Amino acid sequence: MNAADNDQKILIEIQNVHKTFGTNAVLNGFNLKLYENENLVIVGKSGSGKSVLLKCIIRLLTPDSGNVLVLGKNIPELKQNELDKIRTQVGFLFQGSALYDSMTVRENLEFPLRRHPEKLIGHDVDTLVKESLQSVGLEHTIDLLPEELSGGMKRRVALARTLILRPKIILYDEPTSGLDPITAKEIIQLILDIQKKYDTASLIITHDMDTARVISNRMIILIEGRDYATGTYEKLSKSEDPKIKAFFK
Amino acid sequence: MNGLRTYFLETGQLSLFAFRYFKEVFKMPFETKELLRQCFLIGNKSLFLVIVTGFIMGLVLTLQTRPTMMDFGAEAYMPSMVGIAIIREIGPVITALICAGKIGSSIGAELGSMKVTEQIDAMEVSGTNPFKYLVVTRISAATLMLPVLVIFADAIALLGSFLVENVKGHVSFQLYFGVLFEHLEFSDLNPSVIKSFFFGFVIGLVGCYKGYNSKKGTSGVGLAANSAVVMASMLVFIVDFIAVLISDIFYNL
Repeated sequence: MNAADNDQKILIEIQNVHKTFGTNAVLNGFNLKLYENENLVIVGKSGSGKSVLLKCIIRLLTPDSGNVLVLGKNIPELKQNELDKIRTQVGFLFQGSALYDSMTVRENLEFPLRRHPEKLIGHDVDTLVKESLQSVGLEHTIDLLPEELSGGMKRRVALARTLILRPKIILYDEPTSGLDPITAKEIIQLILDIQKKYDTASLIITHDMDTARVISNRMIILIEGRDYATGTYEKLSKSEDPKIKAFFK
Repeated sequence: MNGLRTYFLETGQLSLFAFRYFKEVFKMPFETKELLRQCFLIGNKSLFLVIVTGFIMGLVLTLQTRPTMMDFGAEAYMPSMVGIAIIREIGPVITALICAGKIGSSIGAELGSMKVTEQIDAMEVSGTNPFKYLVVTRISAATLMLPVLVIFADAIALLGSFLVENVKGHVSFQLYFGVLFEHLEFSDLNPSVIKSFFFGFVIGLVGCYKGYNSKKGTSGVGLAANSAVVMASMLVFIVDFIAVLISDIFYNL
């Protein structure tokens, strides 16, 4: 699928975003569009500003300039209560899973749900928790603490916690980093299954080209803080530009 | 010059943090379950330490003071002297210092590690207010629990003091506490309990401030816990000094 060619709804649009830390310009006029049901992968070297970009989308960081439109709202300009509403529609999978370590798996999943009772209409908390855990194949871990889970299981539980609010978009920060190749493949397959089941759009940042190849409908290569090249994996892998070729070696 | 700038910057940021607490504490929804859990953790888990310290404090104070009082033939005043010293000053301050070490460091380390492992960010991106859930509940719990711990410490310290008097001077329970309550007034008890609320507030505030704003990395967690103890202990003395000045105005100590 080439979403850009279709007349699909834009869920996230980033326009000319700049972000500087001290004298280090991490994002330097970055642009992107994420379409409905699309898996958009952003690849870049470590420290190239991929995580900063994701944090700007959800306003964990505020860009110095430029627009970040999520579901039609400009994120840097939103009031806190408007931002919280948008955040319930955008899931975020952290690189280190970020499970609340003083809570069990059940409590981790209940936490966002109990604070957004509007998401409960027609369902009870227990059913939604079990359903989300089923989606990631970890119903048996419901009463375990995060310290009792392996790295791959933590990533799955974190994904279940993200899913429980039924987001329209999921942002993945290096979803396979630190995992062994087999578990990484399982996580990739899970991301694809979840996208089909829940009709979500995914924005995935990674430096792993295997992940990008399997998962992406479209890719953006982030170099020097800009969207250096955009296209499908096949198209970009045939590029003669040495900067792009370096990613496919 | 740089140190002075850092001092004023830190004071300003801490004041803003306290201001945000007062802004959020009365806002709905209330995290009552977490508040009660924190009250249990802070109160219950510090109780044993506070009881042991209070008991030893009472014993030692009485043992050390007794010979001097006997030299002046004033051993009859032992219960009132030791009692007033414990209730007005030593009980609240020693308990607050112990809690600054135990509660301040544990809050600083817990929030610091949550910050480093992006758990606070995870709460924020789920549309939850982490300040309300993590900070407001902990500061409120410390504020509410410290006076309770101080009252326990005072009571146990007086019991320790009585045991020394009983063994060394054959003073009965009725006599010891009869003399004590004859000289003890509400003007001794009220300021001591009121200032304990403020001690609890500064311990919770500093612990949360240091943890919530800890820099990235595991060394930042240790630094947050350590600086929380140092800053909270210092603030306990400053609050105590202010409390004594104000008490003097109202109760003419």
